[in-house]
This record gives sequence, structure tokens and C-alpha cells, in this order.
Amino acid sequence: MSSDTTLDKSGTSGVGPVEGARLYDVDNPAPVIEPPRKRTTKTPRSTRGNFEMAAWLFMRLSGVVLVVLVLGHLLIQLVLDGGVSKIGFAFVAGRWASPFWQVWDLLMLWLAMLHGANGLRTVINDYAERPNTRLWLKGLLYTATVFTILLGTLVIFTFDPNIR
Amino acid sequence: MATPTLEKEDAKPEAGFADSPYITVTFRIRRFNPEVSADAVWEDFQMEIDPKERVLDGLHKIKWEQDGTLTFRRSCAHGICGSDAMRINGKNRLACKTLIKDINPSKPITVEPIKGLTVLKDLVVDMDPFFQAYRDVMPFLVTTGNEPTRERLQSAEDRERFDDTTKCILCAACTSSCPVFWNDGQYFGPAAIVNAHRFIFDSRDEAGEQRLEILNDKDGVWRCRTTFNCTDACPRGIEVTKAIQEVKRALITRRF
Ligand code: HEM
Ligand code: SF4
Ligand code: FES
Repeated sequence: MSSDTTLDKSGTSGVGPVEGARLYDVDNPAPVIEPPRKRTTKTPRSTRGNFEMAAWLFMRLSGVVLVVLVLGHLLIQLVLDGGVSKIGFAFVAGRWASPFWQVWDLLMLWLAMLHGANGLRTVINDYAERPNTRLWLKGLLYTATVFTILLGTLVIFTFDPNIR
Repeated sequence: MATPTLEKEDAKPEAGFADSPYITVTFRIRRFNPEVSADAVWEDFQMEIDPKERVLDGLHKIKWEQDGTLTFRRSCAHGICGSDAMRINGKNRLACKTLIKDINPSKPITVEPIKGLTVLKDLVVDMDPFFQAYRDVMPFLVTTGNEPTRERLQSAEDRERFDDTTKCILCAACTSSCPVFWNDGQYFGPAAIVNAHRFIFDSRDEAGEQRLEILNDKDGVWRCRTTFNCTDACPRGIEVTKAIQEVKRALITRRF
């Protein structure tokens, strides 16, 4: 780009205020319009083995299981037996007294969190253009995921219905 | 039977209709010339043209009669060489296979360079990254052992297995229609996968495993999000998304 500050750069024509004086010409062309993250000329080397395949398979398999878990969950919590108004400490305590619902909720927690986190990882890979932005966004994502999974698991296993 | 005079009167065209096959069409073209300006701008061109002509004919009319600086690629003009893929009315097509009457000429016809590749001038993009991805999947026959003295025979069924992907003309319409490729050019893209498919499923070829491994990587087939843009864009009617899914399935089952 030209460093000549006397030329008006605001116009889109690229023609300066002096008639015929152009900002860009044959010897001084403007930068071409590059897409984000252009392919490098090197052949990419194999890096992470089968991780991407495992992640892809996991999205589909966990999705199938989540259909049952999430829809069942929504049905029980929001529709059957009086809808949301019935939900309270006693309702949760009653359900978690049974190992079946403990396992249900634990499975749903892990699968939905890992599924959602991997989905967002894909979104970040797709849309964050700068390597640093990607690094930080993914760092934030993984931290939040691990925190939520651990906290949720802890609560399910250590839940005390007699707490006061 | 009608008299000749009556027949003649019948054949007379209605006033203002069908006197001429030509209609007035506006081409709205995305222009970029780094030797003039750093910005790309839309420029309108009007012309009288037969709606049964193609967009490529319109571009020729502009270049030859109105503005010789308009820059675009074309070679065969018959849908074979793959040089003139461009974004016409927001969809990737070959200018030489798109009839003006088929894309609503009553509104301005927008013509842009294909997306996701560096724009060099007007409709011309840098195809090197596209061909690099193509080269990286080893698009050639790989065999071991002695070369046979005759041609390598193959049954009709074996040939049929990859028939669809042999039709590719490397126009880049599919790869440059893919939103994943727009945002990350490191993705191999549909065209490279189509051309890998052509050899992976060829019974005479012996490097299928190697190609699968290349496409198993983080910029390979797993980045495909099944948006079907590529299948819609392909001027050869190749079922591009299906070919990508077949490569994914081969990777999971290792049967091909
Ligand atoms: C109810 C059953 C569900 C099914 C069948 C399902 C299925 C899928 C599949 C197959 C994908 C991959 C799409 C692709 O790669 O092209 C996906 C992506 C995703 N899922 Fe789910 N999912 C379900 C529930 C959930 C839940 C509960 C969450 C949130 C915790 C979630 C969050 C996401 C996200 C963020 C993505 C990435 C979006 C994208 O790729 O554009 N999904 N889902
Ligand atoms: S698969 Fe179709 S759209 Fe893609 S490069 Fe080949 S011919 Fe063009
Ligand atoms: S000019 Fe050859 S494909 Fe259109």
C-alpha cells in the first residue's frame, strides 16, 4: 500500500484528488483479495491418527442415544404429571433415589456435554480465522466443558436428599 | 382449408411482440483490478441479446463490444475444459452451460468470481491451492508388479463402481461452493475427494489405502458437513456428496 497520506483513500475508485493520479497502478498494484486461511502449498502430513473419524462417529452415535435421553427427559420434566410446576427439590430427590435415573442423567450429562463441546469445536475450527483466536476459544470451551461435566457428576453421586 | 391470404394474416406477429428474438439484459459483474483500486465493485452492463444465448456469450459481448478490460477464463466454451466456473446469480455454474433464459433475465444477472480462492482480477481466481489439493490425493494409477503387455482388464461392474466420479472436469464449482472451504482453505474440498474416489474404488488401483489415509486427516473428509452445495453446483451432475459419504464409509469399514 502507498504511504502517501496526501491522497484520499476513502473513495472506492482508487483515483486520488489530483485528476489522473491513481493510488494504484501497474508498478504499484493493490493487494489481491485473499480468502481466509488459504491452503499451503505443502502436502499436509498425517497428524492425529483417527481422532477426526472417532469424533465424527461419536457425533452420530451420541446423537442417536440423545434422541431417547433428551426427549424422554423433556417429556418427564415438562409434560407428564403436571408439567414444570411439579419440579422441586422433592421431585429431584425422589428421582435420584433410583439408580436408573441416576444413570440416565449421568449418561445424558456426559453425552450432551461431549456432543455439544465437539460440535462447538467444529464451529470454532470453521469460523475462527486466526490461530490465536482458535486457541483461546477452544481453551475456554474445554475448560467450561470439563468444569460442567465434573461438577454435574459430583452432584449426581454425592446428592444428599436430607441436606438442610 | 383457409385461404392463403387469411393464413398470412394469422402468422403476423402481434404488435411489439416477437419482432426480434432479442431482449435487454443487465449483467452486474463484480470487477476487481488491483492496478486501479484495492476494492472490488459491481459494474452494470446492458445489452441486447437472444435469451437462448449463454452467459458466456454475454460476457463475450461485453468484452468485445463494450469493455475490453473485462477479464475471465474460458477455453472450450462447451462445458468440457472446466475453465469458466463462476458465481452466477449466487450459484456456482459454468458460464458456457448457463442459458440466459434459465436465470431470470428480467432482473440484473450477477456474475462474481468463485469464492474461497484468491481473486487476481475480475472473474479470474488463483486456482493453485485447488490443484494442490488435487495433487495431494495422488490422482493417478498406482500399481505394483510388472506392467502387463496388454491393457489392464476390468469387468463392466468394476468400471461402473466409480463411473460417476470419472466425469469430473476440475472446474472447482463444487469446492468453491463449500462453506467449510470458504472459511478454511486447508480442507481438501469436494473436488479432491471426488478424484480420490475415482481411484480408491478402481479395482485396478492399489493405493486406495494410502489415499484413504490422506483423507482421514483433520483436513480430510471428516470436515464435510453434508450441506450438498457441491452436488447442486456440479455442472457434470456428479453426486459429489454421495462420493464423499462413500469415502467416509470406506474409512470406517475399510472395505472398498
Ligand atoms: C437430540 C438429539 C441430537 C441429535 C440426533 C444430534 C445430532 C447431531 C449430529 C449428527 C451432528 C453433526 C452434524 C455434522 O457434523 O454435520 C450434531 C452437531 C451438533 N450438535 Fe447435536 N444432536 C442432538 C442433540 C444435541 C444437544 C443436546 C446439543 C447441545 C448440548 C447438541 C449440540 C450440537 C452442536 C453444537 C453441534 C455442532 C453444530 C454444527 O456442526 O453445525 N446436539 N448434532
Ligand atoms: S466434481 Fe463437478 S463441480 Fe467439482 S470440480 Fe468436478 S466437475 Fe467441477
Ligand atoms: S469454457 Fe470450457 S467448460 Fe466452459
